[in-house]
Formats: sequence, C-alpha cells, structure tokens
Amino acid sequence: MGSSNSSVNNIPNAQELMQETGFSAAHILRLHERFEFLDKHKCGQLRLVDRPTNQPQDFGAVQELALNPIGDSIISAFFSPGQETVDFASFVRILAHFRPTDRNQSRDGAQQEPANSSIRKLKFAFQMYDQDRDGKISRAELLQVLRAMLGIQVTEEQLQSIAERAIQEADLDRDDAISFDEFRKSLEKVDIDHKMSIRFLR
Amino acid sequence: MASRTGTHSPAGICKSLPERGLLLLMVLVFLEGSVLPLGAASSPDVTHQANSDNHIVKEAGHNFTKKPFPVLSLDYHHIQAPFEISLWVLLASLMKLGFHLIPRLSGIVPESCLLIVVGLLVGGLIKLAGEQVPPVLDSRLFFLCLLPPIILDAGYFLPIRPFMENLGTILMFAVVGTLWNAFFVGGLLYAVCQIQPGNPSILHQLELLPCLLFGSIISAVDPVAVLAVFEEIHINELLHILVFGESLLNDAVTVVLYHLFEEYAGVGSVTVMDVFLGIISFLVVAVGGVLVGAIYGILAAFTSRFTSHTRVIEPLFVFVYSYMAYLSAEMFHLSGIMSLIACGAVMRPYVEANISHKSHTTIKYFLKMWSSVSETLIFIFLGVATVEGPHNWNWTFVTVTVILCLVARVIGVVGLTYVINKFRIVKLTTKDQFIVAYGGLRGAIAFSLGFLLNKDHFPLRDMFLTAIITVIFFTVFVQGMTIKPLVELLAVKKKQEAKRSINEEIHTQFLDHLLTGIEDICGHYGHHHWKDKLNRFNKKYVKKCLIAGERSKEPQLIAFYHKMEMKQAIELVESGGGVKLPSAMPSAVSMQNIQPKKLPPAKPAERALSNLPKGREEEIRKILRSNLQRTRQRLRSYNRHTLLADPYEDGLGDLLIKKQKMIELERKNESEPAALSTE
Repeated sequence: MGSSNSSVNNIPNAQELMQETGFSAAHILRLHERFEFLDKHKCGQLRLVDRPTNQPQDFGAVQELALNPIGDSIISAFFSPGQETVDFASFVRILAHFRPTDRNQSRDGAQQEPANSSIRKLKFAFQMYDQDRDGKISRAELLQVLRAMLGIQVTEEQLQSIAERAIQEADLDRDDAISFDEFRKSLEKVDIDHKMSIRFLR
Repeated sequence: MASRTGTHSPAGICKSLPERGLLLLMVLVFLEGSVLPLGAASSPDVTHQANSDNHIVKEAGHNFTKKPFPVLSLDYHHIQAPFEISLWVLLASLMKLGFHLIPRLSGIVPESCLLIVVGLLVGGLIKLAGEQVPPVLDSRLFFLCLLPPIILDAGYFLPIRPFMENLGTILMFAVVGTLWNAFFVGGLLYAVCQIQPGNPSILHQLELLPCLLFGSIISAVDPVAVLAVFEEIHINELLHILVFGESLLNDAVTVVLYHLFEEYAGVGSVTVMDVFLGIISFLVVAVGGVLVGAIYGILAAFTSRFTSHTRVIEPLFVFVYSYMAYLSAEMFHLSGIMSLIACGAVMRPYVEANISHKSHTTIKYFLKMWSSVSETLIFIFLGVATVEGPHNWNWTFVTVTVILCLVARVIGVVGLTYVINKFRIVKLTTKDQFIVAYGGLRGAIAFSLGFLLNKDHFPLRDMFLTAIITVIFFTVFVQGMTIKPLVELLAVKKKQEAKRSINEEIHTQFLDHLLTGIEDICGHYGHHHWKDKLNRFNKKYVKKCLIAGERSKEPQLIAFYHKMEMKQAIELVESGGGVKLPSAMPSAVSMQNIQPKKLPPAKPAERALSNLPKGREEEIRKILRSNLQRTRQRLRSYNRHTLLADPYEDGLGDLLIKKQKMIELERKNESEPAALSTE
C-alpha cells in the first residue's frame, strides 16, 4: 500500500460520495485503502477477469472468496451487467448497501431512497438471485443458487424438490417464479436491517 | 387466554360433574397429606412396641403366647419420605390442573402468583394443625433437585442464533448490571442504616460487608421467575432472550460475589488483593463452568453416536450427562447454571442428528414435564417457607430495600443501554428498556441463598430473609401481574408464531454467505467471518466425529428440508390421511396445471381442496389410506428390549416414494387431458 493518501481530499469525488452514501470521511479513506490493495495493477479500476486465463483477477486477492459457495456471484454483483471494470465510486456505492440503517433519518421528499434502506438491501440480494434481471427469480435461477450453496453433496432430485417446495411456498400469484414482492414477503420475519449490515460501516 | 379453556360454562368456577370431582379429589389429597403424618405420630410406637414385644418373647425361649395375626397394620415410617414427596408432587400437579379450570383467573393472574398463594394456604393449614412445617425449601433440595430440570429445559431449547447475536448485550446486563445493582443496593442500604436518628435500633449493628452480601443476593434476576412470567406474555424474541439470557448468565457473578462476601464478612474487611482475586475467580467460575458443560456435552454427543441399536435409553444419556455436568460444576464451586446451559446447547445439534424421532419427542416431553413440576413445586414451597419464617420484620429495612431494588434496576438498565446502543446495529428503544427493567424479577434462588447464610456470622439473617421474601413477593405479584397489561398498553412487539419456512432458511443462508463475502472483500474480520469459520470447522472435523453415519455429511439445508417433510408426512399419517390434504404436496401443484383459469391468491389449504378434480382426490386418498394401514400394523407389538425399527421413519420412506410415483403418474396423465382440452 505505502501511498501517502492520508487525506480524504486526494480521493476523487470524495465529498460527493460521502454525501450520496452517508459514509464518513474515515470510512471512505479506509475503503479507498482497501480498493488500492485489491487494485494490483494500479489502474484505478478493478477488473473482473484476467483475459487470458479467465480467472477472477483483482478480487482473487481475497482468498476467502474462493471458499465461499456464492463467491462468484458476489464478485459479479460489483460489476454492472456488461461491464468488466469497476471504479472506486461504484465500489463504494455497492458497499453502501451494507451500512446499518439509520432509523431516525428524516429525508426530504426530493432525496432518493438511501442505499442502505431495507428495500435497497433486499433489492440488492434479489438481484443476486435474478441473474438475467427480468424482475423474477425463475426456477432455473433458484436451482442455480441452491446448487452453488449445497454443492455436490446433494442429488439432483433433492435439489429439484427443494426448489419446488420453495417456489410453492413463496409464489402467490402462481406464475411459477418469485417476484420482488413475493421475495420480500417471504423474508418479512427476518430483520433485514440487522441481517444485512456490517458493523464497521457505520 | 379465553381460548385456552374451550368450555361453555359461564365465568366463574365450573360446576360440571368432572370438575367437581377434581376439586373433591384435591381436598381429599390435602386432608390425607395433613392427617396421615398426624396419625402416624402414634402408630409407629405401636408397631415398634409390638415388634419389640415379639422379640423379647422370642428370646425368652420359644414359649410365646400366640397373638392374633395382624391382618391390617399401619406402618407409616416405612414409606414416609417417598410418600411425602409424591404427595407434594401430586398436589403441585393438581393445582396446575385446577387453575386452568378457572377461566378468568388464569388470564389475569400469572400462575406463579397463584402457586405462591396455594403454598401460603398449605403452610397456613399445616401450622394450624399444629404440626411442624417441614423445611421444604431446603437449600440442598432446591439447588440439587428442583433447579436443574428447569435450567436444562431452558438450555437445551435455547435459541442459539438470537442468543449469540445479542451475547454482548446480554453479558453487559448480566455482569455489569448485576455488579452495579449489588453495590448500589448494598452500599446505600448501609448508608441508610447508619443514619438512624435518636434511639439506636437494631440496624446499627449492620456492617458494610453483610450489606453488600445482602445486595448481591437480592440483585440477581431469577431465571425461574422470568421464565414463569415471560412464558405467558409471548413477547418478541429479542426482549425475551435479553432478559432470560441475563438471568442465566448472572449466576456466575452471583456465585462469586456471594462466596467473596461470605468469606470476608467474618473477617470484616476486604483488601485490594481480595478484590483482584475476586475478579480472577469470576473468570474462572464463568469460563470453567462453560468448559465443564461443553466437555460433558461433547461426551453426550459422542455417546449418542453409538445408540442406533439401543434406542430406548437414548434420552437417559442426555439427562444423565447434563445432570453430571451440573453436579461437577457445583463440586468445584463453578457456575452450575452456566455449565448446564453450555452442556445442553453444545450437545443438541449433534444429539438430534443421531437419535430417533421418538427419543427426540421423549426428551422434549420429559424436560417439559420435569421443569413444569419443578417450577410449580418451587413456587408452592416459597409460599410454605414464607409461612414458616423465621421472620424479623423491620419496616425501614424492608421498604428501603424494595425501593432501592427498583431504582437500581431502572438506573442500571438505562445507563447500560446508553452505552450498549453505541455498539449495536439494531438499537434498543425506550419501550425495550422499560420491559427489560420491568422484567427483572427476583425469585427462589435469592431466597435459597439467603437461607444458606450462617446465623452465627450473620445475626440479622432473619431480617434479611424477610426482606428477600418481600422483594420476591413484590416483583412476582406486582410486576408479574401488571406486565401483561403493560405489554398490551405499550404495544410491544409480540412473538411471531409461524414456523420457519424453507424460503426463509434458503435466503438466510444465502445472506449469511453474502455478508461473509462482503466482509472478506472489505477486509473486515467481523462477526460473519468468525461465524463462517466456526461453521467450516464444525463441518470438517466436529460433525464427522460426533454424528453417526451418513448424516455427518448432510448440509444444514437438507436436514431442515427433511425435517419439514417428515413433520408434514407425520401430520398426514396422524390425521388419517383422509380429510384434508396438506397444501404443499407436489401433486397438488401438478393438479392445478390442469385447470387453466387463474385463481385469486387464496390460503394454501383452501387452494388445494378447491382445485383438485374429484376423481384424482379419491385416488390419492385411497393410496394414502392403504399406506396408513400398513404403518399401523407395524406399531402393534414390541417389547422393551427390541424396539422395532421406528415405523414412522421407515414407513415414511415408502410414503415419500409413493408420493413421487404419484407425481410422475399425474404428469404423464396431464399431457393427455391437456391435449384433449385444446381441441
């Protein structure tokens, strides 16, 4: 790391980011350090895959992600569809989803829904299931996630029956897919604010 | 609460015949219990006399006069102890039955209050009869027999996830909160006692250390009382686990403070060294207790791995290992409660994977039964012990104690929450704080600890006991009775009743992985990271050791799914398979595909019924019924030594296969009518 970016002013658009995401200066600084750590080639952007080998490039520096069953999906979630690079601003914006919710925050009508509200958090999770961005989690997409999480220990039949049951339980309008509202309803008992927040991102 | 009774009688005591019979039975048991010991006072002499007579006569050389053979004789002493114990247990259980027959009462007054009143009555009766009130709340009996079942029940069924998530908060309340309470109450009590104007009263004799000891006894929130009251108000999980967790974990603090002050009250002073040793002792007591419990828990889990051929004694291992964990911890003066909780919590996931479904049910019901009886007995005995005394009522002392306890609790909770909220993601609101403060009930543990005090070292022990009892009565009666209306008034979130669905399980696991990944990307070793590491360690090494056979490799989601399927299939079998089909049967879905029209999102059960074409429904019912008969036949006979392979578990496999075959059949037939309907 070694760079002398000890002041938040050296980071481009720092003030805007702080305002948009609600992160404090200290957090932006810390995230910037982390970004630079991941950005091995110092090009100011994180790359999705290393072209020749097709291995996850910059995010590969995080070894634990390789052990994570949905590691690949998490990495792809940082990149907008179609793009292969992500800059610091987008990096921070994605991570802003995981800030703890400010319960007493008052917003004026003009302001957009903050990134760390419950709805936005759920939307982020939903989009990780819904790879083709059609607004619904189809059976195939659910199966894909289940396969990733359960791995080789389970037979195809068992996976099918679990997916079947899950869709039956959640699908209220009988279209054989889970829409965002149904997703939200099935998670209504889970405290999303607590579950999807990282403590240090306060 | 009105729904609980379900009888059609008007409010008030039910006057139907069976209930009258029950009341009569209770009165008879009462009388028998009190009369027999009285009658027995005279008879043993008779029998002993007769025996000694015969003996002497025999010794005098075989020329004895022949007495008429005693056709019927009374020998109470022979069976006295077990008989009295059984009588008490019977009384407790009948009381429990009786309360639920009186509909209005059980809604207003919590059971614990009623039981204490019953205890008072029984104690009063015994005293009126002139008999010596038995020292029922003997500390050894309490700590070794009555308390463990309740704690084991709580520990075995402790919801681990909310407990761990809130562990920091719980520990703060338990450790810092209890310390604060103890010193505040003890210190201020001493100060108040010293400022008695004019005529020197008995209070002047009270030194600082006994005051602090008293403070530490009275400041501990009692798990039994909390469980008894909170069970009836169905409050949300977070608050329940906070208050309950606090009541369990403060045992370590209480143990240390109690022993520390008791030791040094004789000497009269405490040095800095002693305080330092006290702190170390606290760590030893807490961590040691947990370790002892965990070791026994692992032993129990390991033992359960080999029980596949002797299913009958599986529950026994759970109970005996846990009890031994408690006793071992008590042996070293470690915290027995924490040891028991640790044992139950550690062994549960592994034992449940190993034991049969029936053993699981047995364990559940035995634990509930024992803890229920224990709790009832504790409250009754509290009432009886109150009547017995010894009492030394001192207005100043008692009122100041009660007030100080309340004030200390409120200040403690508010102050601690202010600090805790800085570190919590989901903050505690004022309402939450109020419930936590109000739920700080004292109970029988405080009384027993007070009872254990040595009269020589603590001349004012009786005064202490009176004050302790007053505080207990105040918290249980006043706070216990009013907490329910207050919860309604403040609109505190209630417990959500519905079961966990498979969607929740899938998504929660997904989110766990997601958060772990994000933490790793941020380079932050947070709470998800460590949880993930623990899970990985558990899966790789621990499960292989402690779980038998194939199930050691089963991922959690599959286990959950199987449990759900099994539960549903058992419901199906139990309900006779005829009346209503559970909605999530896969065949129901394929049925609906036959009907092309779109339906409004009705409740799942109704959906299943209204859409199935009549013919199909009959077919399914026939198949299920025939399966059911086969299952029932297997249940007919078994002896104690060879329990047949669990019929539910085996028959289920068949049932599930049959279900699958039906689905295939339906799907095949589906294509034909669909083809027909399009033309």
